[in-house]
Amino acid sequence: MAQVFNRRTNTIVRLGIFVGIPVILALLTATWWYYTRSDWVRDVGVANAKVQPAGNIPGAGGYSHQLHVGGLKLDCRYCHTGVEISSYANIPPVETCMGCHAQILPNSPKLAFIRNSYAKDEPVQWNKVHDLPKFVYFNHSIHVAKGVGCSTCHGNIASMAVVYKTEALYMSWCLNCHRAPEKFLRPQSEIFNTAWTPPADQIVQGLKLKKDLNIRTSSQLTNCSICHR
Amino acid sequence: MQSSKQLKPPVTETYDSLLAPGQSLESVTTKISDIVLFPILKTPTGWLLGFIGAGLLLMLYLYSLATLFTVGIGIWGINIPVAWGFDIINFVWWIGIGHAGTLISAILLLFRQDWRTSINRAAEAMTIFAVACAGIYPLIHTGRPWLDYWFLPYPSTTGMWPQFRSPLEWDVFAISTYATVSVLFWFVGLVPDLATLRDRSTSRIAKALYGLFSLGWRGAAKHWQRYEVASLLLAGLSTPLVLSVHSIISFDFSVAQLPGWHVTVFPPYFVAGAVYCGFAMVIVLMIPIRRVFGLQGLITMKHFDVMSKVMLASGMIVTYGYFGEIFYSWYSSSIYEYYLIVNRFTGPYAWSYWALILFNVLIPQVLWSKKLRQNLPVLFFVSMAINVGMWFERWVIIVLSLHRDFLPSSWASYTPTFYDWSTYIGSFGLFFVLFLLFIRFIPMIAIFEVRDLVHKTTPHTAEHEESGHAGA
Ligand code: HEC
Ligand code: HEC
Ligand code: HEC
Ligand code: HEC
Ligand code: HEC
Repeated sequence: MAQVFNRRTNTIVRLGIFVGIPVILALLTATWWYYTRSDWVRDVGVANAKVQPAGNIPGAGGYSHQLHVGGLKLDCRYCHTGVEISSYANIPPVETCMGCHAQILPNSPKLAFIRNSYAKDEPVQWNKVHDLPKFVYFNHSIHVAKGVGCSTCHGNIASMAVVYKTEALYMSWCLNCHRAPEKFLRPQSEIFNTAWTPPADQIVQGLKLKKDLNIRTSSQLTNCSICHR
Repeated sequence: MQSSKQLKPPVTETYDSLLAPGQSLESVTTKISDIVLFPILKTPTGWLLGFIGAGLLLMLYLYSLATLFTVGIGIWGINIPVAWGFDIINFVWWIGIGHAGTLISAILLLFRQDWRTSINRAAEAMTIFAVACAGIYPLIHTGRPWLDYWFLPYPSTTGMWPQFRSPLEWDVFAISTYATVSVLFWFVGLVPDLATLRDRSTSRIAKALYGLFSLGWRGAAKHWQRYEVASLLLAGLSTPLVLSVHSIISFDFSVAQLPGWHVTVFPPYFVAGAVYCGFAMVIVLMIPIRRVFGLQGLITMKHFDVMSKVMLASGMIVTYGYFGEIFYSWYSSSIYEYYLIVNRFTGPYAWSYWALILFNVLIPQVLWSKKLRQNLPVLFFVSMAINVGMWFERWVIIVLSLHRDFLPSSWASYTPTFYDWSTYIGSFGLFFVLFLLFIRFIPMIAIFEVRDLVHKTTPHTAEHEESGHAGA
């Protein structure tokens, strides 16, 4: 019987082995990489309309940090009452809004959802923007007490009309700081300053703060059971 | 010399030589390649029945795995403190079986032992399939195999590397290296034979497939020379693996401080156990195969004799290990070690310890007799006993050490569930389906190596010396 393969087969097989397979592998790796570890899959920097209040209250409008924090210079703790004392920062109840909006713009249609919620005694269900998996333990109070400001993790909230993530919240991100917190620490007076930028001698300042605040060593802070309890 | 069935050749056993008398270059090639090139529709019934049985077991396996993945490892009997059960027992058992193949194909090649020739291909195939069966257990024992890439050191989003100080992580490398080298070695050894099949087959599909995988082999002197270099290199690579893979698996235990695990004898003891069990498996497979396919002329009683001797020797090392363990428990003066042995002798699982001694130590003693070594039913029985015994060995090591923790308050017992058994028994389905496909479609004996043996052992060799045949 004649040969089944002609001469060209050699070239085709070689191309397949040395070009085809590597290219396919590279494409697969790139896709996997993109889908498991990019900022894009985690909606970083995406001011997604769907994060603003869920539609359980008819006529739900939006809440803007840009207006209330950037413009009115409200302190975070006015609304996020838990940040210093609890793991959970707390999302304000409508009563907090009504404290002002009973007087300010009492008839604005954009505020109807607050008034309805208040009248019906039914909380507004805001969608969670920063959402760690349930097997991770995170605590706001310790970070705030140990010189980590809101903007290190949440970005410049005061400039956001709609809150979005500035970090993808991968575990490597937590560890990046837990291994060397001095790169990020700031004086206690700057914690709520959303526009804080590190000084030129950040490492020196940071190391000093680390010592003053009794922050533990990197091996203690990367212990799995700190975050996975 | 007349036999009733036309498929069954006249059986005359050869006791003193590696080839039955009267084998020629041509007869060897025809004999072996005909098994493979037989038309599909005329497949021997024995093979078909075996394949159906194996297929059913494979279904059971797939069913167990599907349940495992959808429900979780709660379907198994493991719990605290016996958190390792059938998954690890079977893993160690299967990977041990693989060792005989590598020993035969690599170490015996380097030592130029002729008796490996007729059995190495099948033994290597056995290695690969056993490693496949073994490798599946660590992959599934987390219950979430889709996250198995976490085993690998890749730049992950956790910002952590796997724990390189853990022997379980070493396993990942030991086994993946072992699997890769074994497959490569096996494939390289197949190339000349695939080319033979390509040239002899008449169907176009067979020609194309064998042609593709024979990588354009033409049997040129250059090809043979490269083949020699490649197989020597791979043999060199595999040789340390025979020792390293099971040593590393033994570290999974001996690096922990559990009584009965924390012993320095573990690596050699595990390697010997692997060879022991592996040779037993080769014998269990070979006895029926040579009968069904009439290969008595190529796999002779001499082969079985030599293999039984290897089994006997490695069995004695394992026995030494058992006595060693008893000695250490006394010599350590540790109440935990001491209690472990008492518990093995008299505890709730004492039956399994005594079964181990019976199967692994007592029964194999019959191999001292040459007459019994060359009696196939006896040999088959002894080899089966060793396979069971080695399984019990892993059971004893794993379950008996775990179920009695340091704190009596955490003592518990372990009972395998239906799914423990079905995942184990089912894995035979995978093994035999692969093995039966192998003997049906790939020459189970290395044609060119046996031809070389014929060439070397027949008297006319001297006249042809200058022809420089370069077969292994
Ligand atoms: C007037 C009340 C108010 C003040 C003051 C305020 N916030 Fe908020 N904040 C809210 C409300 C309401 C939401 C929920 C709606 C949303 O997600 O936009 C929210 C959401 C957030 C979220 C997103 C939470 C999530 O879902 O992951 C962050 C982060 C946040 N605030 C940070 C800050 C910071 C930092 C400050 C101070 C610089 C601040 N906020 C000041 C009311 C306030
Ligand atoms: C300290 C007082 C104060 C609090 C507390 C407060 N707001 Fe306001 N809010 C204002 C002021 C002032 C304006 C801007 C009025 C203007 O544009 O004239 C405003 C404007 C708004 C508007 C835009 C209304 C429009 O018609 O343009 C919305 C929506 C709104 N606030 C929602 C909220 C929500 C939701 C809360 C509670 C989480 C809240 N506010 C709490 C003072 C407050
Ligand atoms: C170390 C990083 C970090 C710092 C510093 C930090 N946050 Fe957060 N914040 C997070 C993470 C992570 C989440 C998501 C928590 C979750 O899903 O469990 C979050 C969630 C929130 C939420 C939603 C409610 C909740 O607790 O889940 C609010 C509101 C919030 N942060 C406000 C603040 C404010 C205000 C500050 C500054 C005082 C601050 N955060 C400082 C990381 C940080
Ligand atoms: C920018 C720096 C920074 C980032 C980012 C950060 N942390 Fe921290 N974290 C700290 C510091 C500083 C401490 C205080 C350590 C101490 O007191 O010794 C801390 C403490 C903690 C503690 C308390 C430890 C204890 O023993 O109670 C937890 C829990 C924690 N971090 C979780 C997280 C998680 C989860 C993330 C990521 C989502 C994260 N952190 C991101 C700086 C950071
Ligand atoms: C500083 C806090 C922190 C510490 C310490 C920490 N983790 Fe995590 N871990 C996280 C966070 C946050 C996530 C969620 C990441 C995400 O959503 O991608 C996570 C996720 C994981 C995951 C799931 C990853 C995935 O791709 O889904 C694993 C596994 C894990 N951690 C293991 C560990 C181990 C092992 C250790 C100890 C060596 C450890 N973690 C220490 C914060 C931590």
